[in-house]
Amino acid sequence: MLGLNNKDTKLLIAVAVLTLLAPFILNPFPADSAMAQFNAGYPDLMQRFVIFGIFAIGFNILFGLTGYLSFGHAAFLGIGSYAAVWIFKLFTYNVVPAIALAVIMAGLFSVIIGYVSLRRSGIYFSILTLAFAQMSFALAYSVLSNPKFNLTNGETGLQVYADDIQMFHREGLPDLPHLFGLSMRSTYNLDIGAWSFSFNAGYYLCAIVLMLVFYLSIRIFRSPFGLMLRAIKSNQTRMSYTGLNPRPHTLAAFVISGMYAGLAGGLMAAMDPLAGAERMQWTASGEVVLMTILGGTGTLIGPVLGAGFIKYFENIFSKINDSILHEWFAFLPDGLENFMVFIVHPFVGKGWHLTLGILFMLVVIFLPGGLVEGGQRIAKWIKNRGKAEDSGATTEPAE
Amino acid sequence: MSKSNFTRRGVLKTGAVAGAGLALPTIFTAQSGHAFTNDPTGGSVTLGFNVPQSGPYADEGADELRAYQLAVEHLNGEGDSGMLNTFTSKELQGNGILGKKVEYVTGDTQTKSDAARASAKSMIEKDGAIMITGGSSSGVAIAVQGLCQEAGVIFMAGLTHSNDTTGKDRKANGFRHFFNGYMSGAALAPVLKNIYGDDRKAYHLTADYTWGWTQQESIAAATEALGWETVNNVLTPLASTDFSSYIAPVLNSGADVLVLNHYGGNMVNSLTNAVQFGLREKVVNGKDFEIVVPLYSRLMAKGAGANVKGIHGSTNWHWSLQDEGSKAFVKSFGTKYGFPPSQAAHTCYVQTLLYADAVTRAGSFAPCAVAEALEGFEFDGLGNGKTLYRAEDHQCFKDVLVVRGKENPTSEFDLLEVVEVTPAAQVTYAPDHAMFGGAEASLGECNNGA
Repeated sequence: MLGLNNKDTKLLIAVAVLTLLAPFILNPFPADSAMAQFNAGYPDLMQRFVIFGIFAIGFNILFGLTGYLSFGHAAFLGIGSYAAVWIFKLFTYNVVPAIALAVIMAGLFSVIIGYVSLRRSGIYFSILTLAFAQMSFALAYSVLSNPKFNLTNGETGLQVYADDIQMFHREGLPDLPHLFGLSMRSTYNLDIGAWSFSFNAGYYLCAIVLMLVFYLSIRIFRSPFGLMLRAIKSNQTRMSYTGLNPRPHTLAAFVISGMYAGLAGGLMAAMDPLAGAERMQWTASGEVVLMTILGGTGTLIGPVLGAGFIKYFENIFSKINDSILHEWFAFLPDGLENFMVFIVHPFVGKGWHLTLGILFMLVVIFLPGGLVEGGQRIAKWIKNRGKAEDSGATTEPAE
Repeated sequence: MSKSNFTRRGVLKTGAVAGAGLALPTIFTAQSGHAFTNDPTGGSVTLGFNVPQSGPYADEGADELRAYQLAVEHLNGEGDSGMLNTFTSKELQGNGILGKKVEYVTGDTQTKSDAARASAKSMIEKDGAIMITGGSSSGVAIAVQGLCQEAGVIFMAGLTHSNDTTGKDRKANGFRHFFNGYMSGAALAPVLKNIYGDDRKAYHLTADYTWGWTQQESIAAATEALGWETVNNVLTPLASTDFSSYIAPVLNSGADVLVLNHYGGNMVNSLTNAVQFGLREKVVNGKDFEIVVPLYSRLMAKGAGANVKGIHGSTNWHWSLQDEGSKAFVKSFGTKYGFPPSQAAHTCYVQTLLYADAVTRAGSFAPCAVAEALEGFEFDGLGNGKTLYRAEDHQCFKDVLVVRGKENPTSEFDLLEVVEVTPAAQVTYAPDHAMFGGAEASLGECNNGA
């Protein structure tokens, strides 16, 4: 279907089903139960899952295929966000032009940064991209936010004020980003028994975009262009000797992945019309590297899984505080309860980084292929277990 | 290659379906029967405490969280009721808010606007928080205040000192109890004039972001009005840890006062550098060289150690105050945690009580009703003397403390001494003051949300 082979079609359908049914899948616990703490099916987090999924898919096109490790991808995300918010400020709250400009601006910047950085490879390339990203961050944080020429509004973040121009804004349209009048914040809550599910307009816009760009990424992976990128990863010198110039290909991959990042940034601004400089900081660039490695570098679905994993920890584990822990262990005798809280305390709340770090180490040590490898191993184990039983029954003694 | 399956009819059909979908946007709109966002229907009400638990202001955040937990205890009638006994409004009975038990959720802002908004959104969307409070940085406070305005919940700002929070970025759903850069300048300048004379040349080092600029502007204006001259203002990157290269030029500039518009770790480092360079022993223009730190906190004084001795600054509140409210708060905080609270803890505790009291007086959790109850509200007994929540910009007006690093501290908490309590009238300004967005700044409409 759609020019994909059987396996890829199945993968695309699986992704479509997962994203469209996410409000159900992520809210497995009744709203009033103690386990509701672990529900992730509220609009903001679902949007984040998908947006960072898009970001990581794009990053994987560069890192997974060509092996060029960019440490400055967050810059493009930030540029996309700023471009989108400027559209909101100057023209309209409609998200379509905002997202379009976000992608275009990120594309332009990635051509410039890519052209310079790609003259080197390996660690030098990583450092160059890191330098550019930190430069963008510093520009956005203070240089371009001075009162005389305020492009980014610095620490506070660029946002829309009531006295902004908004040329095409008119009465009757929502005062928030919208898609032809459909507000991105509008949510339909469905209550079934004790369960509560939220269907958010903004989330579904992101989900549809995710499916489109996921499809695009499959096509890139399977195309002759994708093969060329893999060739760069495996042996660039040999490629040059056979008469192929790798640089246009790497630049194309860099720009494509920069545009993916810009798209993610634009969507982020469309869901929440504020662009902060922190999303360009080097930690943000590092995060997408973590997502990709955690999920599985060079795999199609891996980056999306990694993004979801990290965002889940950041948003769910960071909110477990001591009083919740006391509730959990309330059934234990007092002394034991306090002891258990003492043991668990460093790993939740502000300690969520610690838990994530430990899990990241475990994944990297035991599953170098990331979560995808974990999935494959489980699948293989299930398959082999069935076989072993079968063959055990029928195997003849070998003489 | 692949074969395209698109036909003219297929495209038309898809287009028609998509168009119909877009033309019916109202089917997605929430059809809940509530008049406002997160109307608490059960026997409890949830507040969202959004503080920095990691990053440069984690210490302040931890202290804020302690204060919030104490406030919740007192509201629910546990503990010794703290400031509920000294508060001039006697509406709060220790039975929760409007009879509903107070529960809370916490989140980590990481001192980043994005993370703070994500955390606040999850509190509103997932946990059903009716009010968000917290923040240890002005950028974060302004970002979260904007979010609360859009979502239709009340925001009670924690520690935020920038003029913009209730200046050009003021919002109808946002309220600030803490003082601001202008007030620091207005309180500090007369004291400095009395001690150091009116013929001084000041050199400013300023953290290069919103808060730094507004504070520098305020201090420079206030001191220049009293005859001082501002020799130079140098912006320092926020990430700096070594300020030696910025200190050296001060000596050759002819200035005799150094103003450090830095906060947190920045201030600790810049002050330490300045003292190491021997600035305080210098004599310039026939006068002793002096250093001023406009925004002080006990946690910063602790970080800078002996270097703060004799250095002047301003602060919102200090635990050594001897009024009934402060004593009650210090006592219950000290009993629970074993050390005195910081000014960040104080403002957060007070904000929680003020919110609960406003809800009780309004008889409703609806944000617009609460905002109306807070606007123009006058109260006393919460540690700062008589205080007014001004209706025009949702800023509290109260006395400001001018403090000095103590020469002989008696304990690790006893680092600052109060030099003067500047009366509220002296730090009051017009709501359309040029430093606060001028005439264009407006609160906008209050938003009840869904």
